[in-house]
Amino acid sequence: MRRGTGLFVFVGVLVAVAIGLWLAPIKPVLLWTDLLIYILLFTLVSFFSYVRGKPHLVSPWRQVLSRPLAMISLVVLSAYVLVGLLDSVHFRMALAPQAVAQTAAENAEPPADAAAHYSVEVLSLLDVIANPIRRQVEKSYSAPLAAHLFSKDTVEQADGSTVRAYPRLQYGGAHLDDPESQRTADITQRALTAVAMGLTAWLLVVLLWIAYLARRQEHAFARQLSLIVTGNTVLPWRAIFSTLAMVFLFAALVIKLGVGYHLLGTDKVGNDVLYLSFKSIRTGLVIGTLTTLIMLPFAILLGIMAGHFRGWVDDVIQYVYTTLNSIPGVLLIAAAILSVDVYIANNPGLFETVIERADVRLLFLCMILGITSWTGLCRLLRGETLKLRELDYIQAATAFGVGNMKIISRHILPNVMHIVLIAVVLDFSGLVLAEAVLSYVGVGVDPSMVSWGNMINSARLEMAREPVVWWSLVAAFWFMFVLVLAANLFSDAVRDAFDPRVGLAN
Amino acid sequence: MLAYIIRRTLYAIPILIGVNLLTFWLFFVVNSPEDMARMQLGQKRVTPEAIEKWKQERGYDKPLLLNTTAEGSAVLTNTIFFEKTLRLFVFDFGSADDGRNIGHDIRQRMVPSLALAIPVFIISLLVNITIAMIIAFFRATYVDYMGVVLSVMLMSISTLFYIIGGQFVISKLLHLVPISGYDEGWAAVKFLVLPVIIGIVGGIGAGTRWFRTIFLEEINKDYVRTARAKGLAERVVLFRHVLKNAMIPILTGVVVTIPLLFMGSLITESFFGIPGLGSYTIDAIRGQDFAIVRSMVFLGSVLYIIGLLLTDLSYTLVDPRVRLS
Repeated sequence: MRRGTGLFVFVGVLVAVAIGLWLAPIKPVLLWTDLLIYILLFTLVSFFSYVRGKPHLVSPWRQVLSRPLAMISLVVLSAYVLVGLLDSVHFRMALAPQAVAQTAAENAEPPADAAAHYSVEVLSLLDVIANPIRRQVEKSYSAPLAAHLFSKDTVEQADGSTVRAYPRLQYGGAHLDDPESQRTADITQRALTAVAMGLTAWLLVVLLWIAYLARRQEHAFARQLSLIVTGNTVLPWRAIFSTLAMVFLFAALVIKLGVGYHLLGTDKVGNDVLYLSFKSIRTGLVIGTLTTLIMLPFAILLGIMAGHFRGWVDDVIQYVYTTLNSIPGVLLIAAAILSVDVYIANNPGLFETVIERADVRLLFLCMILGITSWTGLCRLLRGETLKLRELDYIQAATAFGVGNMKIISRHILPNVMHIVLIAVVLDFSGLVLAEAVLSYVGVGVDPSMVSWGNMINSARLEMAREPVVWWSLVAAFWFMFVLVLAANLFSDAVRDAFDPRVGLAN
Repeated sequence: MLAYIIRRTLYAIPILIGVNLLTFWLFFVVNSPEDMARMQLGQKRVTPEAIEKWKQERGYDKPLLLNTTAEGSAVLTNTIFFEKTLRLFVFDFGSADDGRNIGHDIRQRMVPSLALAIPVFIISLLVNITIAMIIAFFRATYVDYMGVVLSVMLMSISTLFYIIGGQFVISKLLHLVPISGYDEGWAAVKFLVLPVIIGIVGGIGAGTRWFRTIFLEEINKDYVRTARAKGLAERVVLFRHVLKNAMIPILTGVVVTIPLLFMGSLITESFFGIPGLGSYTIDAIRGQDFAIVRSMVFLGSVLYIIGLLLTDLSYTLVDPRVRLS
């Protein structure tokens, strides 16, 4: 795509979104974390478009992307990021006129102009897409794909008498007349349809993609296909397409089985576990990425300053990070979060909706996690800068009278960026895992916010039940495990490509 | 040597002052004792008298930094800063919300914490180093590749799942050991077996990978090539040369954590009901007992600084070239 067309498309999309927002009966809500996510996205896009033009910067990325394991992880990560981004567009729906009238009647107030009424419930694009799953709230626990509740309850028969039985679910398998005989067949049929659907969609996408690749490489289609199947391509397309197949199949299963049934069961208050797992993705990603985004400027600036200026600047910065480092991480987080809690509890008027309050708390959590984790990077950068400033080219720059700021920005910063990059990708998975532990301790995300930590925390006690309520735990486990594993494998590849030391060791 | 230790100990003082100022700022300036009282007593229907009483019981009714109503040295001493923050320096932790003496509690709870933490520390060190040596021995083969992938997978599992899974399989399905609880003396062993095993298994992934990197870095150095050129067996090279030289990076990472073993493990202890310092801390955080949290922050920093000192001292033991001055 030429530069001009790209810009036109971009502006077009923006205009379309603006018109859509203006026409749609919604009020956009920009949460703090949303804003930071958009900034992060913008930074990433501009970073990669900058890198594209620089051969020496492209080559390590080529190396990363040519590794099948790294590409598989990247595809999986992209799927997660897509869900996370969909969940980061927030708005409030306009209330239907009669609902407005009802609310006004309850409040005994004269209705104001009808356009100004919006629901207090903040929704995201993901919520709208997952509407069928989100709305299907049962009474309590139900097993995956079940048609009945998990525990017995008093059921009223048609003749008015009551019996203790497992009541039918309101939504899960509600389309079946007789679940006992039809359920297995129905599920099998749906699963097979899903597989067929998924594979068809996948085939379509992949064939188009291969055709595009063939045209760009100026190969015949069959030749491109055989190159990919035998694995003789620069980018590991075979691995990419196989992973895509998995993603497509999973999506198809979710669409076919998630709507008629509860694919992963329901939790204590009857929410669909699959929906909760999807909602948790954003929380995990926000903690994994924003934490570093917030603290990165401080770590880079202070680390380089300490190494470059030495003397009292170095002493002060070292003192600050040794002090912060000496407090056990969990306790520092706990101390800070407890303070934030007290503050939020005493200023309830600051937040319009529950989700905004939870969001501010999440942002604070990211900041505090950042404070506990930046010290390592800061120390690494200080050490590297100390080494760099003794090198001839920087000595020469100093001798020529180049200013400190220019030396830092032109000579030191580009040469420590690989350390920053490695630190950022390595930190990500640790932070996602930390969220679960912190939520268990009670200093994690807000209890009203859906996260894997909160899911585990509420499901933990159910392990004592007989038979066991395992699905919430297993769902949280898998969603988290896949994300963290993909992130770990990807960060390994990044480290191997960018760390000169690792290159020597292997 | 002694002069070095004394100097390093003196260095610790400004750091501890910094830690204390930070906790003082978090707990008394960002949120006034008034806010805390309201939070603890419930948001609504709280009378000023109840808040006053709450503050008085805990000694939070004094001025923050300067007591203008007092005379003499009491201007400085009869304040929250002196009573609650400076007192920590002599390990006078005061009392918790339920009136118990924190210092006494800490001394008592140290024992179960150590009973869990020390076996985990020693055994996992041995296990991780052994596995990493084996992987390093088979480097650049399928064993190495599988080992790395396996340890990345183990790393990607949350601690919570190791604990929940272990409790479920070993205690609930197999009934081998009690799910949780604690006992005095040797009777504690049957309660400690499972947490110790889980602590070791949970650390294998990250530990093995870290040691492998260290060993591989050493293996590519010149002295190793010389040793091989002399005709030494690979086994001898690994154990006699590489392991010894890898001690410095290993000690850097390991020694600093030894004093922190006192703090116990937050998650494991609370899941298994072990009355150590970890579960003490968690209970304090959940019950918003700020006095205990402050004490544990201080204790943690002291132990960390001791760890740094021990790290430096340990270098002199393994590397005769290092001179402390």
